[in-house]
Amino acid sequence: MKKRFDRRTMLRGTLAGGAVSMGLPLLDCFLDDNGTALAQGAPLPLRFGAWMWGCGINPERWAPTTTGEGWELSPELVALDRELSSGGKVRDYVSVLSGFDVTLDGRPNFPHSGGLVTTLTGSVPEQDGVYVAPTLDSVISSQIGGVTRFRSIEMSATGNPNQAYSREAQGIPNAPELSPAALYARVFGPEFADPNAGPFVPDPRLMLRQSVLSVVKEDADRLLQQVGTHDSQRLDQYFTSVRQLEQQINVLLAGPPDLEACMKAPQPVSEDLGTEVGQSKLTNQLMAELLSFALACDQTRVFSMMFSAPISGLRQAGSSSQHHQLTHDEAIDPDLGYQPEATAFVLDSMEAWADFIERLAAIPEGDGTLLDNCLVFAHSDVSFAKVHGIIGLPMMIAGRAGGRIKPGIHVRGNAAPTTRVGLTLQQVMGLNVESWGTRSMKATLPVSEILV
Amino acid sequence: MTRYPYLMAAVLAVAIVGCSSGDGSAGSSGPSVDGGPIALRRLTTEQFVRSIHDVLGDHITVPSRIDPDERRAGLLAVGSSFASVTPSGFEKYEAAAAAVAEQALDADHRAELVPCEPASGSSSDDVCARRFIEQVGRRLFRRSLSQAEIDSRVEVARNATLILGDFYQGLELALSSLLVSPDFLFRVERAEPDPGDPSRLRLTGTSIATRLSFFLWDTSPDDELLDAAESGNLLDRDVLAAQVDRLVSSPRAEIGLRTLFSDFYDFRQFDDGLVRKDAALFPAYTQTIAEDAKEQTLRTIVAHLTEGGDYRDLFTSRNTFLTRNLGLMYRVPVVTASGWEAHTFDEDSPRAGLMSHVSVMALYSHTGRSSATLRGKFVREVLLCQDVPTPPANIDFSIVEDTMGELRTARERLEVHVTNDACAGCHNLMDPIGLAFENFDAIGAFREQENGATIDASGELDGVSYDGPVGVGEALRDHPELGPCLVRTLFRYSVGRDATPDEWPLLDFLGERFAESEFRVADLVREIVLSDGFLTTSGPREAEMVGAEP
Repeated sequence: MKKRFDRRTMLRGTLAGGAVSMGLPLLDCFLDDNGTALAQGAPLPLRFGAWMWGCGINPERWAPTTTGEGWELSPELVALDRELSSGGKVRDYVSVLSGFDVTLDGRPNFPHSGGLVTTLTGSVPEQDGVYVAPTLDSVISSQIGGVTRFRSIEMSATGNPNQAYSREAQGIPNAPELSPAALYARVFGPEFADPNAGPFVPDPRLMLRQSVLSVVKEDADRLLQQVGTHDSQRLDQYFTSVRQLEQQINVLLAGPPDLEACMKAPQPVSEDLGTEVGQSKLTNQLMAELLSFALACDQTRVFSMMFSAPISGLRQAGSSSQHHQLTHDEAIDPDLGYQPEATAFVLDSMEAWADFIERLAAIPEGDGTLLDNCLVFAHSDVSFAKVHGIIGLPMMIAGRAGGRIKPGIHVRGNAAPTTRVGLTLQQVMGLNVESWGTRSMKATLPVSEILV
Repeated sequence: MTRYPYLMAAVLAVAIVGCSSGDGSAGSSGPSVDGGPIALRRLTTEQFVRSIHDVLGDHITVPSRIDPDERRAGLLAVGSSFASVTPSGFEKYEAAAAAVAEQALDADHRAELVPCEPASGSSSDDVCARRFIEQVGRRLFRRSLSQAEIDSRVEVARNATLILGDFYQGLELALSSLLVSPDFLFRVERAEPDPGDPSRLRLTGTSIATRLSFFLWDTSPDDELLDAAESGNLLDRDVLAAQVDRLVSSPRAEIGLRTLFSDFYDFRQFDDGLVRKDAALFPAYTQTIAEDAKEQTLRTIVAHLTEGGDYRDLFTSRNTFLTRNLGLMYRVPVVTASGWEAHTFDEDSPRAGLMSHVSVMALYSHTGRSSATLRGKFVREVLLCQDVPTPPANIDFSIVEDTMGELRTARERLEVHVTNDACAGCHNLMDPIGLAFENFDAIGAFREQENGATIDASGELDGVSYDGPVGVGEALRDHPELGPCLVRTLFRYSVGRDATPDEWPLLDFLGERFAESEFRVADLVREIVLSDGFLTTSGPREAEMVGAEP
């Protein structure tokens, strides 16, 4: 452990002078080297997000028939034809990635998890539900999440606290926020430094909380000397979490964010949690709105949303079947050529995805919108859910990533590994990585078609 | 200040000269085995809340949505050996700690917790702060604090009092620092060489006290148990046995029983609001029904086991407890207007044993329909500890689940499993058991018909044929794996991990003893605590390369 700045010593020094009010020079001492406040003229932050829906698509109906810019609207992507208030359509900001595959190298295809875990970690799992590496969002937040109040924000519209999208090393789940009200309280509760709420006075309790964190880090250090390698990894995770809270307090001490687009979010309207499809869509919309304000205030730069779980529990009121059951149970209508009830949930999912993107585009930022400074990765766990297909796993990328990518392009993967997309996302986010994934899933080339 | 043991010094002293009293594993019951590895165990939500209530006061409202508990190998108790603290989780722990500390030290309750009066309410008092930290810290950390641990907190309290101008607000910060410490959030188990055989490791006294207390009461040890541990007496088999008897015979043992059966059966899903039913199809099913149904089953288990009943009879007993709401579901009269009353189902009722309870039937169903497969899987995996393989990925289920087509009952639909080779291997393990429960729909209500066809509830469990839920309960009761499965699960629950191959002879021994005791769970609990599997260890768990080569 490298020697860390001793906050309690600092605190004592200040108190000896009897000063309770805190001046700026002192506050600067409490900031990390890289600081957090964004000075005027600094580049706008670049954000990464993930958005997933469960139980896939019908490949022939979902993938556009043309490639490149201005891809032809496919039956299951009609939701993206929506007009944006800032100009253009949702589809102009969304690139579609079809025909990228998961290759198992002889390992089992664990239904609904094999393709998902592989695409998000780069490695095919050997045991069901076991993540051998952190998920993409965690990989990225561990690199860029340390400067904001929240390292990342995880959300879910499933109502289930036990289904986590985001995983740390050892598969440790990052539990999602389930309720818009709880998300609001967490980000915009009393602690939030509102830039429009008059002069900023730091709460002296913040510094006292820092002193508490110093003490528990000492506890963890002592404990670390007594445990085996299994527990030392878990204590490392604990350390990381304590440091993140220290960072959060640093940000709060530094005062309101200096960002033109930053405004405190309005309280969310009354929520209605559950897996009836209307409930999940509402939760997705409410959370997208809160998230857009949180991003504009640079409270986090990494987020994820699980709209529906891999074994999707979405349902229509009065139906005895859920989305997942329908994908397996429902007969393919011979006239239509697909499963009508199950497919209705695919269309709902694409609408929810469009809702999410539309919301990010609704916040003006710089010369454009918030969406221009985002990189949002959407995907499912399977392609054709009936057979747990992992060939042609549906993926999309929205936003311009601060001008680093070209949006609105359809790329056919031609059986390239899905990890090429993961590699591309990391590189666009500035991570220094030349290849990603293992065995047949090792990717060395980004999806150059979408790169600027 | 030498009367307060220094943790590190104590650990070193034990390691070098051994412990003075106690005969350790030499006095344990059953075959001599090396216990499996130890690991930090993160408190479950209930353990976190209950420990705070026990140590700091029942009046405290503890925020309970912290970091979800992880279920592994079918148990939260095993998941706790793998869970860590994520950034969002720690954020919530810290906020909860502040809220708890404020309530614990509010003007109405501080006198119960702080063993001294400060010199002045508005300035620091290191002596009084120290006494408070030592006393409360010992209960929260489940051992006496080291000098360094105390000193750092006295300093936090002093600085906070200076800034905030209030002694008790200063203590709040010190208390917060105990509540977010890894030494509170994780149960720390430590090992020391066994003086009888220094080549082997046994758990330290405080580690045994903690294991025991969470096993039987699902909370941190009380003062009496900690005293026995810190004096070294708990390492004496007779003292340990006496403590087991004290804990087992306490009313708090009911909490332990409830917790362990909730964990076995995954009743946490009720607490998480996940046992949902479609409101249009099942208007009778409400949140109250769900909560009452869970409570009915737990009450039935607790009453039966605390009376010394045979564990196996839980699957045939017609005795239970009902509320008026549940009476409507079961279609029996309940006199008590609000609250619970004992009830015995009629001899000709299809209700006998836990498997016929609304709770189990609703939990192991889908949102809109029953599931013979989920019910059969529950019997195989949870009650009999048998593995059912996961289904192959590329399977056509469409005939199995088409309720609108020609096949009207679940039996007709599931016949497809049995006639399809890819399915038959596994589904023959589950479906014949579950089909006997088809008279209970997705909310556990009784029905004679499904989609207009009469339900055939005959079935077969490992060679025993029966007709309907009463018969499957009897077959289950007499199944040779039922008792050994509880032994295995209870052992895993108590030590927070699967048994190691070294411990298999111990499980066999415990299974025999359980049968000899006529399947009394209290006797089994005692045997487990006094066994090498509980009291000894091979050392700290080492990290596994999960999934081997990535």
